[in-house]
Amino acid sequence: RVSGVFHPLIFSRPTSFSLPVSFSPTLSLSPPPLSFSADGNYLLSCGSDKSLKLWSVSRGTLLKTYSGHGYEVLDADGSYDNSQLCSCSSDKTVILWDVATGQVTRKLRGHAGKVNCVQFNEEATVILSGSIDGTVRCWDTRSRKFDPIQILDEAQDGVSSLKVSEHELLTGSVDGRVRRYDLRMGQLHVDFINSPITCVCFSADGQCTLTSSLDSTVRLLDKSTGEMLGEYTGHKMKGYKLDCCLSSKDTHVLSCSEDGHVYCWDLVEGSLMLKLPVGKAVVQSLSFHPSETRLLTAMEGRVQVWGAEPEETEEDVVVVQQEKA
Amino acid sequence: MKPVPLHEQTVKDEKGRYQRFHGAFTGGFSAGYFNTVGTKEGWTPATFVSSRQQKAGRQNARPEDFMDEEDLGDHGIAPRQITTTADFASGRKDVIRDKARAITSLSAPIPGDTVLEDLVAPARSSMGVELLRKMGWKDGQGVGPRVKRRLCKQRADSATRAFGSASPPNGSSESQDEEDGEFLPENLTFAPKDVTPIDFTPKVDLHGLGYRGLNPLAALRGGPGAGHINLFTMDSDRTNSLFGEDRKGQRRRGGVAGQGFGVGAMEDDDEDIYHRDIMSNYDTVLGGEEPGDGLYGWTAPQQYNRTKKDAAYLGKILEGFTLASDKLETKTIFPPPNLPRDFRPVHYFRPVVDLSSVSPMVAQALQTSRGHMAQEAPSKGGRHQLDSAQRRELLGEATLQGITESLLNPSRFAPHAEQQQQEALSVWSGPTAQAQTGQTFKPFERTPHKQARYDLYIDQLKQGDRDALELSLDPTMTEWERGRERDEFVRAALLYKPSSSSLSCRFTRGKQDDGVEADTVEVTRDQENDVDDKQAAVKMKMFGKLTRDTFEWHPDNLLCKRFNIPDPYPGSGFVGMPKVKRDKFSVFNFLTVSESPTASASPAPQGNKQSPSEPGKRSRWDVSGQAGDKERKEKDPVSEFLSVARIEASGSGPEASTTDGPTTDPTVEVLVPHYYIHH
Repeated sequence: RVSGVFHPLIFSRPTSFSLPVSFSPTLSLSPPPLSFSADGNYLLSCGSDKSLKLWSVSRGTLLKTYSGHGYEVLDADGSYDNSQLCSCSSDKTVILWDVATGQVTRKLRGHAGKVNCVQFNEEATVILSGSIDGTVRCWDTRSRKFDPIQILDEAQDGVSSLKVSEHELLTGSVDGRVRRYDLRMGQLHVDFINSPITCVCFSADGQCTLTSSLDSTVRLLDKSTGEMLGEYTGHKMKGYKLDCCLSSKDTHVLSCSEDGHVYCWDLVEGSLMLKLPVGKAVVQSLSFHPSETRLLTAMEGRVQVWGAEPEETEEDVVVVQQEKA
Repeated sequence: MKPVPLHEQTVKDEKGRYQRFHGAFTGGFSAGYFNTVGTKEGWTPATFVSSRQQKAGRQNARPEDFMDEEDLGDHGIAPRQITTTADFASGRKDVIRDKARAITSLSAPIPGDTVLEDLVAPARSSMGVELLRKMGWKDGQGVGPRVKRRLCKQRADSATRAFGSASPPNGSSESQDEEDGEFLPENLTFAPKDVTPIDFTPKVDLHGLGYRGLNPLAALRGGPGAGHINLFTMDSDRTNSLFGEDRKGQRRRGGVAGQGFGVGAMEDDDEDIYHRDIMSNYDTVLGGEEPGDGLYGWTAPQQYNRTKKDAAYLGKILEGFTLASDKLETKTIFPPPNLPRDFRPVHYFRPVVDLSSVSPMVAQALQTSRGHMAQEAPSKGGRHQLDSAQRRELLGEATLQGITESLLNPSRFAPHAEQQQQEALSVWSGPTAQAQTGQTFKPFERTPHKQARYDLYIDQLKQGDRDALELSLDPTMTEWERGRERDEFVRAALLYKPSSSSLSCRFTRGKQDDGVEADTVEVTRDQENDVDDKQAAVKMKMFGKLTRDTFEWHPDNLLCKRFNIPDPYPGSGFVGMPKVKRDKFSVFNFLTVSESPTASASPAPQGNKQSPSEPGKRSRWDVSGQAGDKERKEKDPVSEFLSVARIEASGSGPEASTTDGPTTDPTVEVLVPHYYIHH
C-alpha cells in the first residue's frame, strides 16, 4: 500500500510553445533498457506534431525524434529490447521504427481509418493495432510481407484500446464490448459493458482486466468468468478517450479524468485514495512504471512524471515539455 | 527588381504558416519568367498611351497574336499551310465543280445550257495564261513555233470519224488545201495545234469498252433522239475524255425546243406541240453530203480476198473479223493423273498398339489422330466437292477448334434434332473433350438431380455412346418432361462445348458464382446473446454469465507461431470465427419463436420484434441461431428475473439504450420503474 504525497518538481525549460488544442500526447513507459545507461528510464511521447519523441526520464532530455507519420501520432510502443518502436497515427498507418537510426523499418498500411492503439507482443514479433474501422490487425515484424497475418473484425465499432499479453489479446471497442482473444485456447470472450470503452488493460497477475468506459466508470472484471470485481467511480469520463491503469503491484487503480485530475482508488476497497491535480485541462494519458512507483501523466503538451515521496528523501520529478516545432 | 527564385515564391498567412492553395497555382503562370516583367530577362508589356494631345493608336490585335505554336500547327485552330490563292490556282478542271454545274444545268430554265453561269463566270486565269496572252497566244492554240502547213481539221466531227482510222489520205487534204489555198497566202503560218492533255486515269470500272451510260439530256429530251438510247457508241468515252469535252457541236444541243422553233397561233397543224426538236437534225454547215460513202477510203480487213476459207467458219466469223493467218500456239495441258479410288495422300505409320487390346477411348483417339481417317469416306461427291473439314482431313491438318461445321452446311440452318445430337456427340467425343478434366460448366447446378443426369449424359457422350441422350434421361419423368430435358441437354451440350486447350488456359472459372448465391450471406455461426438481457444485467451490475459470451475463434497459424504458442486448431482451414451461410432475406428472419416461459410471454416478443439496428455482419434475426441461444440460456428463474428487470429497464426513459424497440405492451407500461427510482 502506497501512501504519501506526490510532488511535482518542475524542471525548467527555456522555451515553451503554446499548442493548438487537439489531441495531447500519449505516453508509454519502457522498462529500463539494457543497452542504455543504468539510470535511464526513457519514455516515448507521441504528439499531434506527427512526431514521436524519445526522452530520458531521469534527465528530462529529448533523445531522438522520429518523424514519418503523415498525421498526428496516436499511440506508440517499444519492443522489449528497445531496439524497435512501433507507432500508429491518424494517417491509417502503423510504422515500425529502428530506434538507433531513427529510420522507418516498415510502414504498414491496411487500416481503413485512423489507428487508435498499437502494441508489440511480448517478443516483438507481432505488432497489433486497433483502428477506428473496427478491426484489429496483426502485423508480422519478421517477414517482409505488408499484409497482416490476421484481421480481427468482430468489433462492431471502432477499437479504442488494446493490450497484448503472452497469449491473449484484449481489445476494447466503442461498441461497448471488451473482447479477449485467447490464442492458446482458441476462444473469444466478449464482455458487454454497455458503454463505449476507452481503455482496457490487464492486471499484473493476469487474473483480471480493467476497463474504463464513457459512463465515468472503471470496472475491474474477472478474466475467466467476466464477473465484476470492482467498480470505481467519481471521476469524469464522458467524451474523451482517457487512459486508466493499474499500479505496478495491482494495489491501486488509476484513471485520468476530464476535470484535470488523476484519480487513484484502492483496488480492493474501491475507495478513492488520491486525486492528483495535474492541471486545468483534460488529463489525456497516464502510465505507471512497471517496477517503481512512478506515474507518468500527459496533459496538453506537458508530460509529468510523478514519483512517490518517501518520508526520507525527496525524489526529483521531471516535467518534460513536449516541444512543438 | 531581382527575379524571385521559385522556392521563395511562397505565400504565408498571418501566422507564418504556408498558405495552401490545394492544387491551384502549381503550374505557375507567372508574368514573364519568374516575375521578370519589365526587366531585361522578361518582356515589356505593350504600353498604352493616350493623352489629350496624343490619342492612342488603334491597337488592332489579330487573333493570330494570341495563338501559340499549337494553334498554328497542323491540328490547331488556325493552321498555316501553303495554299494556292485564286490568282495562282491552276486551270485544270475541277471535277466537282463541273459536276455541280452539270447538275444545276438540268434544272436551269434552259436545260443543258449554262448561259447564265458563263456570263457571270469569274475571270480567273493563271499568271502563265496571262503572260501567254500578252505574247499573242489565243485560247485553243498550241504553244510553240508556228507551222506552215495548215493542219487538218482538229475539230472534225467525231461522230463521223471512224475509230482508229488512219489519217485521211493526202489526197483529200490536199484537195482541201487546194480549196482553201485560194484564200490564203503561201507563207502563212499558223499556230501549232494545241496539245490536248491525255488523261491517264485508268479504267477502273467494270463497264464495257465504250460504255457511256445514259445521257440524261438525250433521255429526257424526247424526240427522235430519245428513241433509241445508245449506250455504246462507236467512239469510246475514253477518247472523248482524252481529247477533251469541249466540242463545239455539243454546246448548242439543248437550246431549242419546239418543232421548227415553235408553232404559231394560226397554225392548224399543232398536233405535236410539245415535240422537242434537236439541233442535230439540222445541218450547221452548208454544203453537200460527204463525198463517197462516208468511209473516206477506209477499207475493211481483207476478208474477201482470202481464198482459203473454211466453210465451217463462214457463219461463225464475227463481222469485222477474219481468220487468222498464223495459228496460235496451243498450250499442251497435261491432265492430272488418275488417282486410285482409295488413295489418301498421307502416309501414316501402322500403329504398334493392337486396337482390340486397348480401351475403346484410346482406340478411338488413335483412329482419329493424324493420319487415320474417320470411318466414312470423306469425298462423297468426288474430289471437288470436299468441304474444308474433309480437305483438312485429307491433308491431315490439325483440326480447327471451334466450329466444326462449315457455315454453308445447310444442316446448320435447319437444325434437326438428330443432327444436333450427332453434333453434340462429335463435339464431346473428340480428343479435346477427353482432355477436359474438371472445369466444365454445370448448367443445371441448381437442380442436382438434373445436373447428375446431365453429367451422365456428358460422360456417355465422351465415350462416344450414341444413345447417350436416351440413357441419361430419367425414366420416371413424364414423356413431355423427358422431351424437354432431351432438348435442353442437347442444347446445353452444344452451347457449353469443351473449350480447346489452347484457349482454355486463358480462362478460368470465376471465384464467385454471382448468380447462384446472391441471396445468401456469410455470417458467423455463433451469435451473441440478446443485447437487452445484457444491458439489463449491466444496469444491475450483474456481470458474469449474463454479460459474457464465449465463442470459438481460430487464430492464424502464423500468429500462433509468432506468439510461440501451439495452434489450438491445427487442422482448421479457416481463420477467425466459423462462418455459415444464411439467406439474406428470408421471411423466417422476421418471425419470432417464443420459447421463454409464459410469465414473460409479453416481453419476450417485444424484445424480438426489434428492427435490426445493427446492419452488417451478423444477422441476429436468425431463428436457428436464436433457438440455439435460447437453449444455451440460463435456467428459467434467471431469465424470468431478467425479463422482468428488462421491462423495468426499458420502461425507464433516458437510461434505456437506443436499441430498444418502439413497441411496448400497454400492460407493461403500467409497471412502475423501480430501477429508475433507485438510481
